[in-house]
Amino acid sequence: MNPGLHFADGELPADYLKYTYRKVLWILGGIVALFLLLILSISVGAVTIPPYEVFLTLIGQNVTDKWDRIIWNIRLPQALTAIVCGAGLAVAGVAMQSILRNPLASPFTLGISNAGAFGAAVAIIFLGTGRMTSTTAGAVMINNPYLTTIVAFIFCMLATIAIITIAKVKASSPEVVILAGVALSSLFTAGVMFLQYFSDDAQLAAVVHWTFGDVGRAGWSEFYLMAGIVVLACIYFIANRWNYNAMDAGDETAKGLGVNVEQLRNVGMIVAALVTAVLVSFLGVIGFVGLVCPHMVRRIIGDEQRYLIPGSIVMGGILLLASDTVARLIVAPYVLPVAILTAFMGAPVFIYLLLRGYNR
Amino acid sequence: MILGVDELKFMYRNKGILDEIAFSINEGEIVAILGPNGVGKTTLLKCLNRILVPKQGVVTVGGDTITSLDLMEIARRIGYVPQRVETGRLTGFDAVLLGRRPHIGWDVTEKDLRIVEAAFRSFGIDRLRLHYIDEMSGGELQMIAIARAFVQEPKILLLDEPTSALDLKNQIEILQRINAIVAEHNIAVVMTVHDLNTALRYADRFILLKDQYVHTCGDKSVVTAEVIEAVYGVPVMIGELAGVTCVIPQCLCNGNGRKTKIPTDEEGTTYVRNS
Repeated sequence: MNPGLHFADGELPADYLKYTYRKVLWILGGIVALFLLLILSISVGAVTIPPYEVFLTLIGQNVTDKWDRIIWNIRLPQALTAIVCGAGLAVAGVAMQSILRNPLASPFTLGISNAGAFGAAVAIIFLGTGRMTSTTAGAVMINNPYLTTIVAFIFCMLATIAIITIAKVKASSPEVVILAGVALSSLFTAGVMFLQYFSDDAQLAAVVHWTFGDVGRAGWSEFYLMAGIVVLACIYFIANRWNYNAMDAGDETAKGLGVNVEQLRNVGMIVAALVTAVLVSFLGVIGFVGLVCPHMVRRIIGDEQRYLIPGSIVMGGILLLASDTVARLIVAPYVLPVAILTAFMGAPVFIYLLLRGYNR
Repeated sequence: MILGVDELKFMYRNKGILDEIAFSINEGEIVAILGPNGVGKTTLLKCLNRILVPKQGVVTVGGDTITSLDLMEIARRIGYVPQRVETGRLTGFDAVLLGRRPHIGWDVTEKDLRIVEAAFRSFGIDRLRLHYIDEMSGGELQMIAIARAFVQEPKILLLDEPTSALDLKNQIEILQRINAIVAEHNIAVVMTVHDLNTALRYADRFILLKDQYVHTCGDKSVVTAEVIEAVYGVPVMIGELAGVTCVIPQCLCNGNGRKTKIPTDEEGTTYVRNS
């Protein structure tokens, strides 16, 4: 480009490479931890399966038929759903924090999750896309998952547009955007309650179930759909990591670097809302994972998006899988929906971030 | 000519900001855009690399009109350092490496790393490489921002008030650095400046804006007391101090808010004596 520059004779920066290498090690370590946690999570429960036999079953060896059935039909889909859901919420959270330049942003705190839940409730009650087949956990059937997701997505998008508009029009401080999110949450919660009031028993049960986000209700077909969307979203955000870095340096700097900031913001919010919608419409509202995971990763490996995005994805998987495992055991033989646990865990972190003055 | 501007007009909503702006800039030149607050200096700078799209007029970079280039190509030719940059928990090296964005495909290459490494040494800020930018001072951050624009390998650097937030030592350090870079790499710099003395000392050419139009344009000789008074509305004196051109306002307000006329010598030509 510019032959006048003779910069290419610089040396390779050994100390910087070592510094980035450490971050890569953290992420690889996270992936290993996630795999070990997956085996542990599958091995514990009402019937304990030795971890080694879990491993053998997972790599395709038949230890016993009973193990096969438990692992392949019940525990593996639940554990994988927890990983995918955690990863999806975390990547949506980290993207929203960057897009809105707001450390308190996440699908849940912005009211987008609740909007999706309202959309799902609308679909269940008015469009008849779901019903409660029995009173045990995980019995909510979505007989038309695509329609439910589409309606949930529409409401997620409405909430997203509202948030983007508020953030833009008021050039808002972080507090204003979050308070708007609280208002949206309340609005949609009220909407869900209104629908519940006029629904019949089976529908009511199905809708109430939504308020307890639970990864146990997904089977393989739901898992594939969620995993597909989450993987595509992760690829999208990782592919745009440099653009997110640029945006973090300020809009004007980003534009000077050739990044189309407006388009990046809008597409990023749509992708994040889509992920939220799909997860909410299948699993219900699971709060705080999207908020907490990015901040845990920021603490460990910093704000550099090249490492922050993959780190958050891995951390989201670890956190939600760990939470779900604990939720299954904590009041055994009852199984707690994981959303209750994440709320217990996430609310103190949220308050801590508020008190600390949310420096990024 | 590396950068040409002709008949440029910019409106914000229905309010005219810039009109009939025309000038051209050559390689290796430092051009200062001067004028009072709100006259559109920053707006003009942003029109040059299409951060803002002018209502009409043509901007050409290296022979191509800017509207015919995509954003990444513009970024490969023009670097931009805004007045304000955001910080975060990343190192100086990461922050400067970001300047390679227009050249990066999927990931950074060894070449990118070498260029950034060399830039740190060339700017004399080697010690900042692994410091977190949210712990840096204003001067250090500005150095990082300029280094970032520089590793873009642009032909033109646009600097918006590069020294306004800096103390004397940092101002001089950054401007000396920019001077050295321009001389070494033969790139053009366009910067907005508030401080006339800084501008006169470091810039080769001057564009003075007033009421949407270019009031005066040219080398140091066109920046006279009359022109400055016409543009800024303040009577000034221009003289030389140890061979350096200095501008000072004629009326100063003292601590009580009373206006004090600065005493001049009889001839009234040289207001500031060489000491």
